[in-house]
Amino acid sequence: MSWILIVEQSLNGLQFGLMLFLLAAGLTLVFGIMDMINLAHGSLYMLGAFLAATLVQATGSFALGVLLAIPATAVLGMLLEMSVLRTLYARDHLSQVLATFALILIFNEAVRIIWGPDMPLSVPAALSGPVQLLPGMVYPAYRLLIIGVGAAVAGALYLLVARTRIGMLVRAGASNREMALAMGVNIPRLFTLLFGVGAGLCAVAGALLGPLFAVQVGMGENILILAFVVIVIGGIGSIRGALVGSLLVGVVDTIGRAFLPLLFGIFFQPRVASAAGPAIASVLVYLLMAAVLYIKPQGLFPARG
Amino acid sequence: MTRQLLAPVLVWAVTGWLPLPAQAADKVKIGFISTLSGPSAALGVDIRDAFLLAVKMNGGKLGGLPAEVLVGDDQFKPDVGRQLAERNIKLDKVNFLTGFVFSNIMLASVPVAFENKIIYVSPNAAPSPLAGKQCNPYFFAASWPNDAYHEAAGQYATTRGYQAVYMLAPNYQAGKDSLEGFKRFYKGTIAGEVYTQLGQLDYSAELAQVRAAKPEAVYIFLPGGMGVNFIKQFVAAGLSKDVQLITPGFSSDQDIIRAVGDAMLGTFDAAHWALDLDNAANRKFVAEFEKEYKRLPTVYASQGYDTALLIDSAVREVKGRIEDTEGVRKALKAAKFQSVRGSFRFNRNQYPIQNYYLRVVGKDSQGRLVNKTMGTIFKDRGDAYVQECPMK
Amino acid sequence: MRRAAPWVVLALALAFPLAMQAEQTYYLSFASRIFVYALAATSLNLILGYGGMISFGHAAFVGTGAYVSSILLSEGVASAWIGWPAAVAASALAALAIGAVSLRTRGAYFIMITLAFAQMMFFLVNSMKAYGGDEGLSLRERASVGLGVDLGSDFAFYYTALAALAAGLYGLHRLAHSRFGRVIQAIRENEERAEAIGFPVYRHKLACFVIAGAAGGLAGALLASHGKYVNPNVLHWTHSGTLMVMVILGGVGRLWGGVIGAAALLGLEDLIANHRVDWLAAIFPNYQQHASLGVGAALLAIVLFAPEGIAGMLARRKHA
Repeated sequence: MSWILIVEQSLNGLQFGLMLFLLAAGLTLVFGIMDMINLAHGSLYMLGAFLAATLVQATGSFALGVLLAIPATAVLGMLLEMSVLRTLYARDHLSQVLATFALILIFNEAVRIIWGPDMPLSVPAALSGPVQLLPGMVYPAYRLLIIGVGAAVAGALYLLVARTRIGMLVRAGASNREMALAMGVNIPRLFTLLFGVGAGLCAVAGALLGPLFAVQVGMGENILILAFVVIVIGGIGSIRGALVGSLLVGVVDTIGRAFLPLLFGIFFQPRVASAAGPAIASVLVYLLMAAVLYIKPQGLFPARG
Repeated sequence: MTRQLLAPVLVWAVTGWLPLPAQAADKVKIGFISTLSGPSAALGVDIRDAFLLAVKMNGGKLGGLPAEVLVGDDQFKPDVGRQLAERNIKLDKVNFLTGFVFSNIMLASVPVAFENKIIYVSPNAAPSPLAGKQCNPYFFAASWPNDAYHEAAGQYATTRGYQAVYMLAPNYQAGKDSLEGFKRFYKGTIAGEVYTQLGQLDYSAELAQVRAAKPEAVYIFLPGGMGVNFIKQFVAAGLSKDVQLITPGFSSDQDIIRAVGDAMLGTFDAAHWALDLDNAANRKFVAEFEKEYKRLPTVYASQGYDTALLIDSAVREVKGRIEDTEGVRKALKAAKFQSVRGSFRFNRNQYPIQNYYLRVVGKDSQGRLVNKTMGTIFKDRGDAYVQECPMK
Repeated sequence: MRRAAPWVVLALALAFPLAMQAEQTYYLSFASRIFVYALAATSLNLILGYGGMISFGHAAFVGTGAYVSSILLSEGVASAWIGWPAAVAASALAALAIGAVSLRTRGAYFIMITLAFAQMMFFLVNSMKAYGGDEGLSLRERASVGLGVDLGSDFAFYYTALAALAAGLYGLHRLAHSRFGRVIQAIRENEERAEAIGFPVYRHKLACFVIAGAAGGLAGALLASHGKYVNPNVLHWTHSGTLMVMVILGGVGRLWGGVIGAAALLGLEDLIANHRVDWLAAIFPNYQQHASLGVGAALLAIVLFAPEGIAGMLARRKHA
């Protein structure tokens, strides 16, 4: 097993983790500040991917298509918030779960009716192909782009939350909503804006991952579960937790899938290893979550102490 | 409290008192249940469209009798499929059952047909147990044995002389069976045999290992969205330049091509049928399908079309006396019809004996991405399980 | 009148098969399926409605029951008197194990961890080659109860499923009105207060979870026998979602919520799929393939405007 392979798998884990972060960040903020469980977050990711696919085809340019899809999805997200989701803030978690589950069903069918079951979206020609990072080591150029964009967005989000006034309001709202309200913060507008940002982040993830993953109806559900696992591990309401959680999940999932079967092969007979290895690898992320919750039932960095 | 229960009682009252349809022995009723909604709907829709097209082209008849096709959607759920099968068989009294795309959904429902001596003609799912130990006189596979494409791909890899092949499939029964099928005919070195998660999205870890192993070819069994993801990432990683991608035919057909796009060019696959197969029945089928539905048919569509033609030939053979189940069975087994795949006959286990071809994804004269036939891998191949079947 | 209502329904249910002609056993089979799902939904209602615990992992218990009873049947243990109690015991055990870990968390964390456990079981069962894996396990016969009764007959199975459902409803009714049930509901309304009063909250919630899991297991065993088929999809989290939809549709926290919800959802699906509404098809061809849009819209409407489900709506109208 070469060190090149280890480096490559680590980069894969980093890339996957950063994309998960884009989804988890929006999800944890909505959950932490509005105290709302939003299962339809995955649907916004799906919309972002479909809009990107359509706009790329329409404009003929990958960059333009992706850049336009982001505000488009953000606007749709804000419209959704102002119409349906706002009424759910005051409701209990069960109602939120069921209502947003209903939204998943509605969005899936609506997308199928408007676009059909899937849309093609490819890596732009300039970026398809490997790049030589070190002698003897190549890595797909497009994934490097994802790492770059993901890191940049993470940095920008951190600056926004930690260094700006809006970020301060967000952090205040996350740790104590009633106090923030009492201090005169315009909650409805802040929430709508926040939701729009979350939707925009979903679009970035959806558009960037679109060329690698199938852009198809129902694509949001799989990644939604992982995003929830991330915020549960990281601690609801915490951006830092979302970042740590997503990197952890990304790396564990990737490395687990890559090396666990090999590890099992060393300790166990081939028959057992070939059956148990992949089975355990597929549930490794869930085992990680269970372990974290057992030790820290509120996640690693809960926003409300 | 009484009113609380009004709803379910009403539901019962409405459905329970519906009049039974009048019995009509002078038409043939087909129960067609398939996956028509959900992410995998494209396959079922294709089979249905082709089946209905065949009936339409026949003047709304099968074997000279007016045909009534009752279409149902199993929603990719085994128990919904079974419910529909029960309805078709017990209530609607269909003469034939057909349509299922997926083995697991079909296996939940065909026992109902078998128990009631209704013949099931499969336009797609044809699992190995039903070819071997559990073969059943009421089951006819008008498609191909589940392992066939994998065996053909393995044979091609051997013939072509690929020294090292890397294999991937999801970690479930069908995945394991698929790679067993490939290995049955591939005699070279296996560079890797990896089982991925069902529904896995990201294959970067596996692709890194593929790159490290440096195989000459990669064989994948990754149905549906998994295949789309893998192929896109495979090409994005630049691996398609050095490593030949081989897939089973259904993983490179029109539905996958539409989702992946140009990244599919140059992929090899093995199937029993291709758009450009040169026989009269196929030329007519492809032309009519494109005219009617404004899209190119997939291999699934070709199977749906053949299923209708097969049933048509059987009803014609028994001269419309479809109550004679034994006679219909014999007529089906004789398979006297012009299949779009060329030569077709049934083995004694009622699974097909047919040719398998090598196809490559390229562009047709109109610049569309299609599969083109490159050569024949197997001629008149049956399946590996027929010896276990006690049927004559 | 209120007291008499359940008896009227029971009488109707008992008489229903007798009104069916011999060939219409399809409706008996359909009704049996509704009963089994009603039992599963009612068991979820105990945790969800009465206990206030949002569990996305209930499918794991229904699935455990289905698989244990199927595996026993396929290994030659034909008697339901062994198979079904075994299924119930296995599901109860699973609920104990999963509940013990999950109930240490609350709120969204609880939801996620129950979902995670269900997914874990789904993946593990999927890789079990010996019992069919993804292609599932087909059973040649339904479980046998002896006593000269053949459960293979739709007639007999109908009454068996009805008996199981009736037992489940009766059990829930007694539980809800018992001291245990009142404590559970108090915990649902305000957990901190209940803890402050001195109730052993964790133990009560766990017991509730286990009872519901056991009942779910019975429903699973019946489901497997009814269809003579089991497949890992029965463990998938979306199946938990379906059960949740039934409970909310019928009326969360209400005795008949599970029954009404199961009947309404399955009945609605059957209506949409099999009885074409021509004027709707004229506006919207292929509407039958987009049925889940209607289900989603109905669910959203119920949550937003009629959160107490059908049962709640009917009860309110009666008092208005």
